[in-house]
Amino acid sequence: MPKLSDLLVPAPLRNTPKPGEAGAPKTPAPQDLKSAPPERPTDLGRTGEKALEAPVEAMAWIDQRMAASGFLTGMLFRKVPKGTNWFYTLGSATLFAFIVQAVTGVFLAMFYTPSTTQAYSSIAHINNDVFLGQFVHGMHKWGASVMVILVFLHMGRTFFFGAYKYPRELNWVIGVVLLILTMTMAFTGYLLPFDQRSYWASIVGININGTGPIVGPYLSDFLRAGPELGATTLSRFYAIHMLLVPGAIIALIGAHLYLVVKLGTTAPPWTKADKPRVATPTSNLDAGVSGNGYRPDGAGPTIAGVQIDGHNGEGAPA
Amino acid sequence: MKASDKQAYLEEYELLKKKGKPFFPYAVMKDSVMALVVVGVIIAMSLLLGAEQGPKADPTTTTYVPRPEWYFFFLFELLRVIKPPELVPIATIGIPTICMVLLLLLPFYDKGPERRPERRPLATTAGILTILAMGYLTYAGATSGSPTEIDMKVAPQYKAGAEIVAGSGCLACHKLGENGNNGPGPELTHIGARIPRAAIIRSIEIGPSIMPSFRELPKEKLNELADFLSSLN
Ligand code: HEM
Repeated sequence: MPKLSDLLVPAPLRNTPKPGEAGAPKTPAPQDLKSAPPERPTDLGRTGEKALEAPVEAMAWIDQRMAASGFLTGMLFRKVPKGTNWFYTLGSATLFAFIVQAVTGVFLAMFYTPSTTQAYSSIAHINNDVFLGQFVHGMHKWGASVMVILVFLHMGRTFFFGAYKYPRELNWVIGVVLLILTMTMAFTGYLLPFDQRSYWASIVGININGTGPIVGPYLSDFLRAGPELGATTLSRFYAIHMLLVPGAIIALIGAHLYLVVKLGTTAPPWTKADKPRVATPTSNLDAGVSGNGYRPDGAGPTIAGVQIDGHNGEGAPA
Repeated sequence: MKASDKQAYLEEYELLKKKGKPFFPYAVMKDSVMALVVVGVIIAMSLLLGAEQGPKADPTTTTYVPRPEWYFFFLFELLRVIKPPELVPIATIGIPTICMVLLLLLPFYDKGPERRPERRPLATTAGILTILAMGYLTYAGATSGSPTEIDMKVAPQYKAGAEIVAGSGCLACHKLGENGNNGPGPELTHIGARIPRAAIIRSIEIGPSIMPSFRELPKEKLNELADFLSSLN
């Protein structure tokens, strides 16, 4: 009984187990290619058939202009190294928590007013009157804690696995900046409900910044935006929390993920590649496509009529 | 890492990758399960814990103890551990800044080829100690309540001032007799003997260092507060 996930991989990309190995098909793999293509339904009539083709044609039209399908399929079916385990889900879990924050944040922004006189009552309005308001507000509030925890867990994973070492140093550096930005979000968001707790905690937080050497006083003046914590402080925190930092986080997550795809994720440090029976020198050309079992010379397989080339940008730099 | 180490790593990595499985659907499947868990936890927390508002921000009273959100407890507790005023900048910004720089530059001073944690004793120990320290500080921050009562004998004419001290969260940062947290602020038990009344008032109004300013307190309350504090000697 094949696993569902195995069936989702297009046949040409499958790791065909060697005959005799567990999971090897009873019939040798090459025969798959000879079997006839599946019958198309014929009883739909010509218009029905046309309608079925439309999405395919639309995709082809878009792809002619974007030429992205090669990259996208390459990215989707790129190999992750042997031994990849649940610890490797922490990064995408962080990303997911960020997406939850973004979506619930947009919802809150539709009702929130960043003014000292109205901030508190607009949150009360969200909690008490808006449909599902307190629920979404609660998701945003607790999602912040979840995201902070996940960022630290993900950082711990990459630290203990030595994943910050060559060639992934830059991705670590970007990660540390993301950590600082995440904490900045947590700090600036705390003031926005404008209740006693957030007000006094923010004063202490700003004062803590102010005790720092040299830049400290400037930093706290910048954050407070005036002699007292007041209207200008609130709108400054709001702009930082809503525009400045989220924009930076999105851009840096993009760079972070680009490097993840480009360099590939590490294998756990304990995983060893068994020595291959025939020594395979890894040339640059191979590095780009190795593991996918096809070549970028046009002889490779196609998916849905689209040539899958080796143009997925992966493979470690030599 | 020597050039030969780098080459060896890349070659080993290519092999590991060849033995691996495609990102879709294998890794995607795990990531999706994890994503569901994340949303599930967030939804459950929202339903169970809600998002109640506290009382509205009010600069003229501080009925609320100034406490950061839990993930900043470790920073706040650092202030309690490192007490002398001249060292405060080191605790507030110095240590966190140094830690951040060390973290940022990690790949540039830890360049050895070894990746297994049990064979990187220095890095692994440092990592574990950091986790323990942050865990301890967070725990200390979570459990250090701030008393809202003062168990000392107060002469009737100073009762009003003592109540303001108890109700204004002063004890979150100051020790007073048997009550209050010992830090980050200096002890107030004998404050009247140490500085004159005018200096006490100035401190309350200015809010030195990280202390919030209480200049919005009504004049009368300010005076009662100062009367009580300067009576402590
Ligand atoms: C908003 C925060 C972040 C997001 C959304 C994010 C996302 C990701 C994702 C999806 C991966 C793929 C592999 C995996 O999940 O383990 C990854 C890898 C990585 N991340 Fe992050 N990350 C974030 C923060 C950080 C931080 C704070 C650090 C460290 C200081 C970091 C360092 C790394 C490194 C070194 C890798 C490569 C790991 C490997 O190849 O094994 N990231 N990140």
